[in-house]
Amino acid sequence: MATTNSPTTTGPLAQPGRLPQPSAFLDVRDLRVHFPTDDGVVKAVDGVSFTLERGRTLGIVGESGSGKSVTSLGILGLHRRGHTRISGEVWLDGEELVSAPPERVRRLRGRKMAMIFQDPLTAMHPYFTVGAQIVEAYRVHHRVSRAVARRRAVDLLGRVGIPQPARRVDDHPHQFSGGMRQRAMIAMALANDPDLLIADEPTTALDVTVQAQILDLIRDLQDEYRSAVLIITHDLGVVAELADDILVMYAGRCVEEGSAQTLFRRPEHPYTWGLLGSMPRVDRAARDRLVPIKGSPPSLINLPTGCAFHPRCPHQGRDGIPCRTEVPDLAQGSDHGVACHLPPTERRRTFAEDIAPAL
Amino acid sequence: MTHYIIRRVLTSAVLMIIISMVTFGVFFMVPKLAGTNPAELYVGKQATPADVAATARKLGLDQPVTVQYARFAKGLVAGRDLDDGPNRTHCAAPCFGYSFRNDRPVWPLLLDRLPVTVSLAVGAAVLWLAGGVLAGVVSALRRGGPLDRTMMVLALAGVSLPVYFTGLLAQLVFVHTLHWLPGGEYVNLADDPAGWAAKLLLGWVTLALLYAAAYARLTRAQMLETVGEDYIRTARAKGLRERTVIGKHVMRSVLTPLVTIFGLDIGGLLGGAILTESVFGLPGIGRLSIDAVNTKDLPVVLGVTLFGALFIVLANFIVDLLYAVIDPRVRLG
Repeated sequence: MATTNSPTTTGPLAQPGRLPQPSAFLDVRDLRVHFPTDDGVVKAVDGVSFTLERGRTLGIVGESGSGKSVTSLGILGLHRRGHTRISGEVWLDGEELVSAPPERVRRLRGRKMAMIFQDPLTAMHPYFTVGAQIVEAYRVHHRVSRAVARRRAVDLLGRVGIPQPARRVDDHPHQFSGGMRQRAMIAMALANDPDLLIADEPTTALDVTVQAQILDLIRDLQDEYRSAVLIITHDLGVVAELADDILVMYAGRCVEEGSAQTLFRRPEHPYTWGLLGSMPRVDRAARDRLVPIKGSPPSLINLPTGCAFHPRCPHQGRDGIPCRTEVPDLAQGSDHGVACHLPPTERRRTFAEDIAPAL
Repeated sequence: MTHYIIRRVLTSAVLMIIISMVTFGVFFMVPKLAGTNPAELYVGKQATPADVAATARKLGLDQPVTVQYARFAKGLVAGRDLDDGPNRTHCAAPCFGYSFRNDRPVWPLLLDRLPVTVSLAVGAAVLWLAGGVLAGVVSALRRGGPLDRTMMVLALAGVSLPVYFTGLLAQLVFVHTLHWLPGGEYVNLADDPAGWAAKLLLGWVTLALLYAAAYARLTRAQMLETVGEDYIRTARAKGLRERTVIGKHVMRSVLTPLVTIFGLDIGGLLGGAILTESVFGLPGIGRLSIDAVNTKDLPVVLGVTLFGALFIVLANFIVDLLYAVIDPRVRLG
C-alpha cells in the first residue's frame, strides 16, 4: 500500500467549496442528508466532505447510526424524494449529482456507480434467479439480447469465483451459500464495469474465512478495473485490509480522516482510539478484555451540544477546552484531519503514552 | 414433485371421506335430536305410523348409521337403487342421494345449478381482481394522499356493507327505478349472451365490491411492506426505471399472497353464494341450498354441503401446487 502523505490530489482531505470544477473523480462536498420526522429532523449526515480517485479505496468507518450508509445512498441518489432533504454537492467525474435530474442519476446508477449491499439474502429478489437479476442489471444499460446478457452473467459469476457458473446462473438466491450470495451480489454490481463501486458492509454477514476471500476478490477486481472503491464498515479490520484512506464518522460528521497508515499508527481523535481499543486483534495475546466505548451513539435529532462525542469522551472537561459548548472543526494537519478541541500536541502525547501501550 | 402430488391427492381424498362421514353423521343425528323421523318427510301428512315405518324400512332409514353411510358411499362410487314405494328408482354414480321433493337424484340438480354459480363467481372474480388490485396499487403509491384515503374508506365500506343491503339497493336503483337492467329470469349464456350478462351484472358488481375491498387492502399492505425491502432498494440501485421496479419487482412479491387468497375465495364461492344468489334471484347452488333448507330436503342439503367442501379441498390442493410454482423457495416433498 502506497503512503499518501501528500494531500494534493488523493486522500479524503478535500475541503468544501474549494474548486468549482473538481479535479478528483469523486468529490463529495459538505453533504447533508436530513430526514424530517414527527419527532424532529434526523440529521443523519451533517456536512461530510471527501474525495476519491480511480484505483483507490476509501474506507468510511463508524458505529451503527453514524451516517455511513446514508452517505453512500445519498451519493447514489437512493433516498426517497419528499421524505429527505439533501444538500451539498456530489461530483462524479465532473458531473454534479445532487442537483441533477433524477432520470440522469438513474442512468448513472448501476452503470457508472454501483453498490454492493450487505446481507445479500435480503438484498436480492427471492423470486428471481441470480442470473435473471444480473441480466436485468446489464440490459437496463446495454441494448443487447437476452442471450448476450446471459453469457455476460455467466462470465461475471465465473469471474467472482462461483464454480460451474453456467449451471448456477439459473439458481435462486436461496440456493446459494452466504459467501456465494455475496459473490453473486458483487457480480451484479460489476455487470456494467462501474467506475465507482460502493461496498456497504460487504462482509458483515459472513464468517471469517469467507470474509477474507471476499475482501481479496474486491481488491483483485479493483486492480483489474481500476475502479474507485468506497467501502463502508464498522469493522476496522476490513478497512485495514483494503483501504488507502480512512474517514471516521460519528453522529453524521467526519471526526478524523487520513491515510490508513496514519490512522492506524497515529490516530488523534478519542473516538478513533475507542474504535481501535474495541477491535479484536489476532496479532496480540488475548490477555485483556476488549475495551468498549462507554455509552451509546447519540440521538440524531437532539445532538449533544458542542462536540457530539463529548458525553462519551474520557478526555473532555479539561480546563479551558470548550468540548461541551463548541462544535470542533475538522482541522487539517499535514496529512491528517481531526475534529477535536484537544491541542494537537496533547492528543499525540496522550495517544503515545496512554492509549497505544494498551492496544 | 410427483411424489408430493400423489401424497396431496391421497390426503385430499382422505379429507373428503372424513368430511363426508362427519356431514352424513350430522344429518343423521339432526332429525333424531329434533325428535322427527326423516321418513315422515317422505310421506303425506295423513300417513299412519305404520306407513311411516314402512317407508323408513324401504329407504333404509331404520338401519344403523354405519350401514346407511356405507350405502351412501357405495352410491357415490357405483350408484344405487332406491326403493321408494311402487317402483324402484336408479340413482347413477356419483349418487349424492335422491331428492323426493324434486323427484330427482341430487347430482343432476347440482349440475343444473352449477353453470349459474360458476358464471357468477368467475365474472365477479375478474372484476374484483382487476378492481381490487388496481385500487390497492394506486393507494400504496399515493400513500397518505387524498386518493389513498378515499379508496381505503371505500374499501372499509365495501367490507362492512352486507350483500343483502348493497344488492337490494342496487336492484332498486338500476332495475326498478332507472330500468337500466332487466329483471326477470336468469338466461343461459349460450341462449342469450347479452341477457345473461345483463342479468348477472349487478350480482357480479355486488359480490366483487365485497371481495375487491379485501383485495385492495391486502394489495396495499403487501405493497407497502415490499417497497421497504432491501431487494427493492437493490433494484433501484441497478438503475431500473421506477415502473420496472414497481411493476416487476414489487408486484412479483405482492402476487404470492394474492394467489393463495384468490384460490380459496374462488373455491368457497363455487360452493354457492347464498346471499347474492338469493338477492338477485339467480338459480345457482346457493339458491338450491337455501331452498333445500327451507323445504327440509335433507339429501339436497347434504349434497350441496359435500359439493361445496369438494371445491374448497380442490382449491386448497391447487393453491398448494401453485405456491410451489410462484415461490421458488417452497420445496415440495
